[in-house]
Amino acid sequence: MMITALANPKRFLDLSRTVSPWTCALAVILLGIGFYWSLFATPPDYQQGQSVKIMFVHVPAAWMGIFIYSMMAGASLVGLVFRHPLADVAAKSAAPLGAAFTALALLTGSLWGRPMWGTYWQWGDARLVSELILLFIYLGYIALWNAIDDPVRAAKAAAVLALVGAADVPVIHFSVDWWNTLHQPASILRLGGPTIDKAFLVPLLIMIVGYTFLFLWLLLLRMQTEILERRARSLMMARGA
Amino acid sequence: MANFFAMGGYAVFVWPAYAVTFVVLIAAIVLSIQSYTQARRNVRQLEEEGSATEETR
Repeated sequence: MMITALANPKRFLDLSRTVSPWTCALAVILLGIGFYWSLFATPPDYQQGQSVKIMFVHVPAAWMGIFIYSMMAGASLVGLVFRHPLADVAAKSAAPLGAAFTALALLTGSLWGRPMWGTYWQWGDARLVSELILLFIYLGYIALWNAIDDPVRAAKAAAVLALVGAADVPVIHFSVDWWNTLHQPASILRLGGPTIDKAFLVPLLIMIVGYTFLFLWLLLLRMQTEILERRARSLMMARGA
Repeated sequence: MANFFAMGGYAVFVWPAYAVTFVVLIAAIVLSIQSYTQARRNVRQLEEEGSATEETR
């Protein structure tokens, strides 16, 4: 099976060296088109005016925060259950990227909230607070890896944290329906299809796919780094013995 | 052009949002590449040292 074949880090390194230039190229092309289209070729919104430009950097960042966390929780589960050696590497490598995108979602959202809602932040808003909790879970996860020296024990503890923290993901998604909040309800991932106009939807989707490829490229790069660091560590230990 | 930069009066919100996005994305790329080249250099060095000690034995 493909997955078991990839459990061999050597084979994974070979494969990711072939795939990563493509993910990099796709990210650069899509983000180039996406940023140009968002900034120069979209009309102002009839209610929000030009502040709607923030949507093209806010929504993809928020999407990545949740997407990466879901992937991380999935990898953690695989790591715990099947002891797949690359699963822990994938989860560990993804975490700082997820934290970066989540921080971006919060910052750009805040800059959008001020002109649209009259405030940068609202503690009573379930979407905002659950998103902030996601950032803290990411940071806690990274801190836990750094706190435990033994990689096997660190992987196990971090995986448990990632799975417990996964409870926040549905809360973020449904927060806008469960509670009456400032944040608007979903306009893309909803029953009955997107409610957002094509003039905005197409560049927004290009940005989302571009962000996703950027993440995949950096994930592969960081996984290769992690494998190299583990190899360096075992070489050091072999020399010390 | 000045009209474009004014962003319909929302310039102080739109431009910082794009600026922080660029800074964070570029930092993520630079840091990931840096740690990769560093790790690769370390492993190469250790492997070379390892094979050198093999030869002296």
